[in-house]
Amino acid sequence: MHEIFELILSQQFMATHKSSKITVALMLMLILNSFSAFAQLDTEEVIDDSFNPTEMIMHHISDSHGWHFLGEGEESVTLPLPVILWTDKGLTSFMSSEFHHDVEGEYVVESNGQKFVNYHEKIYVLNEGEEALEFDEETHAALNANRPFDISITKNVASMLITAILLVLMFLGLAKHYKKSKAAPKGFKNILETLVIFVRDEIAIPQIGEKKYLKFMPFLLTVFFFIWLSNLLGLLPGAANVTGNISVTIALGLFTLVLILVNANKDYWQHVFWMPGIPTPVKPILAVVEILGVFTKPIALMIRLFANITAGHIIILSLIGLIFILETAGVAAISVPFALFITVLELLVAFLQAFIFTMLSALFIGMAVQEHEHH
Amino acid sequence: MDLITPEYGLFVWQVVVMIILIFLLTKFAWKPVMKAVGEREASINDALVSAEKAKEEMANLKADNEKLLQQARAERDEMLKEAQQMKKTIIEEATEDANEKAERILDKAQITIESEKKQALAEIKSQVAELSVQIAETVVKKQLDNKDEQMTLVNKMLDDVKLN
Repeated sequence: MHEIFELILSQQFMATHKSSKITVALMLMLILNSFSAFAQLDTEEVIDDSFNPTEMIMHHISDSHGWHFLGEGEESVTLPLPVILWTDKGLTSFMSSEFHHDVEGEYVVESNGQKFVNYHEKIYVLNEGEEALEFDEETHAALNANRPFDISITKNVASMLITAILLVLMFLGLAKHYKKSKAAPKGFKNILETLVIFVRDEIAIPQIGEKKYLKFMPFLLTVFFFIWLSNLLGLLPGAANVTGNISVTIALGLFTLVLILVNANKDYWQHVFWMPGIPTPVKPILAVVEILGVFTKPIALMIRLFANITAGHIIILSLIGLIFILETAGVAAISVPFALFITVLELLVAFLQAFIFTMLSALFIGMAVQEHEHH
Repeated sequence: MDLITPEYGLFVWQVVVMIILIFLLTKFAWKPVMKAVGEREASINDALVSAEKAKEEMANLKADNEKLLQQARAERDEMLKEAQQMKKTIIEEATEDANEKAERILDKAQITIESEKKQALAEIKSQVAELSVQIAETVVKKQLDNKDEQMTLVNKMLDDVKLN
């Protein structure tokens, strides 16, 4: 899996950029990716009755219907979140606490005349007349239930909303400053302003160009700050792994794709479908490659973000998990400082990934709206 | 596999949150912030440009002042020189004039003197002639009386003339 990611990444980078900043970023990503591959291998091999590191790690990096903080089973401290489901019989909603922390599909919740179970954080609606979930472990399919359209406020959604609210508060505060005075703001607002200018001067203008960058600034700024803040909040203990979730990154990548497709000019499409300046027989072959390229660009974006953030989380969890796998407190002497080191590194990665996502989005958009000189 | 299986619900939420966030932040944050930052940058640039201009103007002014000063100095020198020249010419002219006038006065005086002299001479001549006639008259009257007497008379008359 990671090798494929790396291949996509490196090809993408070779093709698009040569700046030294990017090279450093690429190296960091490769290091992180190899780390995570190693970590995953490690955790999968170890099978322990009392402690299953894979399960622990998966639990931490996956989405869930309640926001779990500490403890286990009935005694755990979990913030209940609303479960919202779109079933055949319409919309239904109840709090996640009604499952009583059950994720094995045993506790049945009745709502709107239907029976629901939570099986590994997936909500199933039992077929008419059924009382308990029957699950085929081989095929990973429920035998007597199906999945409704789940638009619950999950841990990730809640975290995403918190990030959004924080962003709105932060930047409305910054905007409010300018109503009072024209001078540069002080303190935290100054940091925000510097970052806004950073996105403009280091990302948007160099990649898209002085003439057209303004149109894409709202998207670039929003995506940059959203990813960065999500990454940072994700590093907090007990926080959700928003940007390390493939659904989230798919959505973000899709925004870039849509922006490219909507704003691409005639030149761009000509270069995709009928590349000028090469022998005609080669043109159809290149067209196939280029059409693929249109989609691999945002896919690379989404996988890069997902893989990097998830990998970081997995490393930290693995290092901590090592203590429980080896059942020696002594390991903590090594793994805790190492986990701390990785966490600090993750602070850098949090910024780096937000920067790279925004940077590459700007680059791809820039390529699509660029005015080519005809030769 | 769960890790890389997208959840539609989360995807939908992310899209919705992102659209709302882009809309809200664009309207209430990005636009005012970008505008304010742009305006500030423009005003800083303007200030820099005008500062540069002011500096240049200052230098120009200084140069102008210097030039004016130099000009004034040159003018003053010129004026002094001219005044000197004028003084010289005035003195020269005055001297010449005075000389001329003096000469003319002298000439006039000479002429007057000459004419007075001539007049005086003429008068003397006429008086002499008259006297001579008178003498002659007297002599003639007493001529015959006495020779001695005649002589004394003549001498006396001559003395009279001398006294005159």
